[in-house]
Amino acid sequence: MEKLIDIGKYIEIGINALEENFSGLWGAIDNLISWTVDSINSVFLILPFYVIIALITIGAYYAKAGKKAFTKEGASKAAGMTAFVILGLLLVWAMGYWKEAIQTTTLVIVSTVIALIFGIPLGIWSARSNTANAIIRPILDLMQTMPAFVYLIPAIFFFSVGNTPGVIATVIFSLPPAVRLTSLGIRNVPSDVIEAGYAFGATEKQILFKIQLPLAKTTILAGINQVILLALSMVVIASMVGAKGLGSIVYQGIQQNNIAKGFEAGLGIVVLAIILDRITQSIAKK
Amino acid sequence: MSDKRKTKIHVENLTLIFGKRKQEALKLLQQGISKDEILKRTKCTVGVNNANLEIKEGEIFVIMGLSGSGKSTLIRCLNRLNDPTSGKVFIDDFDITRESNKELLETRRTKMSMVFQKFGLLPHRTILENAAFGLEIRGEEKESREKRAIQALETVGLKGYEAQLPSELSGGMQQRVGLARALANDPEVLLMDEAFSALDPLIKSDMQDELLQIQNKLHKTIVFITHDLDEAIKIGDRIAIMKDGVVEQIGTAEDILTNPASDYVEAFVEKVDRKSIITAETLMFKKNTVVEINKEGPKGVLRKMRSVGLDILPVEDDSKKFLGYVWVHDVLKLEKAKETTIEKALKTEVPSVYKNYTVEEMLPLITGIRYPVAVVDEDSGRLLGIVSQTSLIIEATRYEMDEVMELKEKANEI
Repeated sequence: MEKLIDIGKYIEIGINALEENFSGLWGAIDNLISWTVDSINSVFLILPFYVIIALITIGAYYAKAGKKAFTKEGASKAAGMTAFVILGLLLVWAMGYWKEAIQTTTLVIVSTVIALIFGIPLGIWSARSNTANAIIRPILDLMQTMPAFVYLIPAIFFFSVGNTPGVIATVIFSLPPAVRLTSLGIRNVPSDVIEAGYAFGATEKQILFKIQLPLAKTTILAGINQVILLALSMVVIASMVGAKGLGSIVYQGIQQNNIAKGFEAGLGIVVLAIILDRITQSIAKK
Repeated sequence: MSDKRKTKIHVENLTLIFGKRKQEALKLLQQGISKDEILKRTKCTVGVNNANLEIKEGEIFVIMGLSGSGKSTLIRCLNRLNDPTSGKVFIDDFDITRESNKELLETRRTKMSMVFQKFGLLPHRTILENAAFGLEIRGEEKESREKRAIQALETVGLKGYEAQLPSELSGGMQQRVGLARALANDPEVLLMDEAFSALDPLIKSDMQDELLQIQNKLHKTIVFITHDLDEAIKIGDRIAIMKDGVVEQIGTAEDILTNPASDYVEAFVEKVDRKSIITAETLMFKKNTVVEINKEGPKGVLRKMRSVGLDILPVEDDSKKFLGYVWVHDVLKLEKAKETTIEKALKTEVPSVYKNYTVEEMLPLITGIRYPVAVVDEDSGRLLGIVSQTSLIIEATRYEMDEVMELKEKANEI
């Protein structure tokens, strides 16, 4: 059937115009992201793998055991998770994908940080203004339901292949839960506490920082956990535009029809996912 | 007595309307259109309708009404958590409805604090941090605000709980924290919105006692909202009764019980235990015929008794001090014995009270005797009036006079 409306064409025209008119900006963003990713990667890869495993293990133990870190109770509580972290990371190293795992983790960290820089303020805004909420919500719906691959096309267009389009596509894909859960957390703060704040002469800023954000903390941390997991799932897809890491091994596995390769890299991603999830959840529970 | 005190809060023609078409609704309201009709025509709800209040410095002023009567809306107009649609609210001489945002913040921070029904404590902060919240908001140093918060917690009896979290405390104790938070600011005005309504009856009663104790020391101006008439009577110096956004009556508990301004108020106060509220002053008969002991002999007294149709009369001395009663049969005996004074007939062991005695306190005095209760002035000892036994019984039982007669008749038959 012949097209009656050619939305795609207008989007293309728009994106072309953006690309041509702001090429300096895209270049700057590309440089910044590439530099950040490369720097973090090189720092992590200079350190011997056992140092990193030790650091992550200690971090995970503290996250789980909290204030009871030096007691028997804390030790037994965090024992399972600590064991999993050590064994899981050793497995990744032993399979020979240490470097890729580091690259993937770096991409996840950078994407998550960027997603949170945008997502949390947007969430605060949409919690405090119904108009903002009415505008932001459908956009988030669109971002979450649009097939993730679609983001890759303009990302390449602006940034060519490499880590940057991967990071950008990942940010877009993983941003919504940060906005949504921040907004939800703030909106769920009981109105009597807010009212008490106003009654004692709190300014809007004091209401936000002394009441709303502290009370929404658990929900916001749950949002951050979601962002990290979505980012991890997206960096695999982002390997199609040249993002490095475990994803690109999976992608090679598909292209070469190499079951072993694909499965091993996939297992590595699972290990990373579980570790990231458990650590962030432990932090959120406190 | 309250008239001598300075007016602290003056609410003038205050109206608050919820909804989008406020001005339109306000016009209709001023034309005398009913609340329901306004809701139908403009989809606006009238929260408070032309309220006028004068709250004196240092008094506990209770605003009472059922839910939906507009009492919580009204109290929120005093610190502008609700912005009035029209009318004025003066705190001292400043009209708070015209204050800029900055002035309003300052007023809330220094002049008035609020205590809430659901406490409104911050769950992630310790009791101490909660109590210091108001001071923190107004930018006080950590050390000084914690010092004052500790003092406030001590005042409400929560010493030693500083490091706990609100969730570790019972409801009553949480509300004590709410009260401490308000007191820590050392405000001139304390707004209490159903502050004790969420508490168990026993704890509620404790908190009321405690509030009265604190008030005895601090003499704040307290505006207290409640739906509980017993609570209003217990703690309120004066009470305003609200219905459908309108202030129906303002007065002391006794004013309201003895002279309800409307059927609504009457129905409301019907079930109250009046015995502890109605005083001798309200019940006493003031224009008594009196005998002066040094001026009148038995003959004169008997004539007086005949003319008023009583067989007992109160007796005073030259300085009008109340001495006791004389009975007609005793005076008759004196007359037969040709005595010239009634001194021998005088009964001095009679029940005397001051005017603030309540029915509850007077009832035990009349057991086993036939004297009426004499109400005398505390300073001069003069007779102010007399409370008959019948009126005490009627007040205590709430029976009408003819019902009492009927009961008596029945009793005779048995």
